[in-house]
Amino acid sequence: MSILVIAEHDNSSLKAETLKTVNAAQKIGGDITLLVAGHDCQNVVEAASKVNGVSKVLVCDNAAYEHQLAENVSLLVTELAADYEHILATALTTGKNFMPRVAALLDVAQISDIIDVESSDTFVRPIYAGNAIATVQSLDSKKVITVRTTGFDAVATDGNAEVVNLDTVTDAGISSHVSDELTVSERPDLGAASVIISGGRGMQNGDNFKLLDGIADKLGAAIGASRAAVDAGFVPNDMQVGQTGKIVAPDLYIAVGISGAIQHLAGMKDSKVIVAINKDPEAPIFQVADYGIVTDLFDALPELESKL
Amino acid sequence: MKVLVPIKRVIDYNVKVRVKPDQSNVDLANTKMAINPFCEIAVEEAVRLKEAGTATEVIAISIGDKSCQEQLRTALALGADRAIQIETDESLDALNIAKLLQKVVEEEQPQLVILGKQSIDSDNNQTGQMLAALTGMPQGTFASVVKVEGEKVNVTREVDGGLQTVALNLPAIVTTDLRLNEPRYASLPNIMKAKRKPLAVKPAADFGIDLTARTKLLKVTPPAQRQAGIVVESIDELVEKLKNEAKVIS
Repeated sequence: MSILVIAEHDNSSLKAETLKTVNAAQKIGGDITLLVAGHDCQNVVEAASKVNGVSKVLVCDNAAYEHQLAENVSLLVTELAADYEHILATALTTGKNFMPRVAALLDVAQISDIIDVESSDTFVRPIYAGNAIATVQSLDSKKVITVRTTGFDAVATDGNAEVVNLDTVTDAGISSHVSDELTVSERPDLGAASVIISGGRGMQNGDNFKLLDGIADKLGAAIGASRAAVDAGFVPNDMQVGQTGKIVAPDLYIAVGISGAIQHLAGMKDSKVIVAINKDPEAPIFQVADYGIVTDLFDALPELESKL
Repeated sequence: MKVLVPIKRVIDYNVKVRVKPDQSNVDLANTKMAINPFCEIAVEEAVRLKEAGTATEVIAISIGDKSCQEQLRTALALGADRAIQIETDESLDALNIAKLLQKVVEEEQPQLVILGKQSIDSDNNQTGQMLAALTGMPQGTFASVVKVEGEKVNVTREVDGGLQTVALNLPAIVTTDLRLNEPRYASLPNIMKAKRKPLAVKPAADFGIDLTARTKLLKVTPPAQRQAGIVVESIDELVEKLKNEAKVIS
């Protein structure tokens, strides 16, 4: 069997999540090709060629793919699809955007957000915000799949795949990129961090999120937020952890002033160790926390920072 | 311009679902149901476009058995002008839903189709993108701002790194994210008025589409439960536990 994995990247670096998607491909079993569609993305190609278990890297370097526009990328993947039984992308915002388009163009169903592989046609995925786990069999000859990376470990980067440049240009000409407004941060990505400290409505305002900075610095942590904190305008949308935001599973997740709505729990309950800091002893977050402390976060945070 | 808003009836977002003992599916008997929250945001956005004079007509559509008329009436109470129910007792794959919607798009010729980015039951996040592919339209998924400007619509999207704005030729597909708007509450007079708005019922079988399922649900199980942890009395104790018991900090 042949598997096509679409690399997740920003033209300068390969996202670590791709290494986990390749792991899912290995569990399916077959010859794995990695597609890098982008523009001026030589560094990504180099990193892609080192991904363990990948036999070939296909490169489409063209301005049409610079911003991963779904209209253009989906046409490219559809054109390449004939040679593969499985097509995998990472279930991040880029893959979630173009993959269902690929599936529809190929006239097959998509299996979204898989967290395990049972066989080459049967996959495990969470539904209802992770409150139920479905085992789903694809009846289509071609499987289009997005992979939730919290379910798979990263593969090593000691490979040496053949690089093949393609000159295929699929510009649908119906959409264009206008601008990006990206959050610049020195901290690790939420998806890659081994420690995450998140604030919720209890933080009261955006300024108070600075109380998390010192702790994050000491732990090398990423900073996240609940939907309530994002909706209230305390912090930007890309910090949201939850059912419809980022799904994370770090070694340590510290929830500060977060009550623990099922939608938030869906995004972090697979973390190895969960700490809850909340002044409400009845908050549902305590039901999933390994260590809880019932206290005012404005007392707890400075003390925690000083004692780390 | 016409705006089409497909909506889905789902479990109320406050309700925690239970798995059936025979693992065949989740148990939705006697469960509170509601319009999917992202679909409600889609209805609100369409109604605002009409109030701003950009849209001329807002059509809500849902695919399901008779019970989904309840959510269509909600959409009408929120300001949609008319509704269409595509009637089926089957639970259809997103691809088949998109194929049915494609037929309605061909018939109604909307300039904009606004959908929720995902439903909170199946959590698929597929239908809008699939409909875009089938109709050949561009897509602005996970939208937090939608601005119609002449022959184009600019959509600001919530992406992993922050925000991305794209320009799409009309007609186009938009899927909503949480920050697009805050849906209004339907007023009592509008709920009464909604009862008199037109709601057309069309059997799914009349669309001439092969609706054979492409996936098979083999089983549904409850997720692994976390062991309840302990409550510590002080920050000192917390730090000590994290260092020596959990060994996640040094």
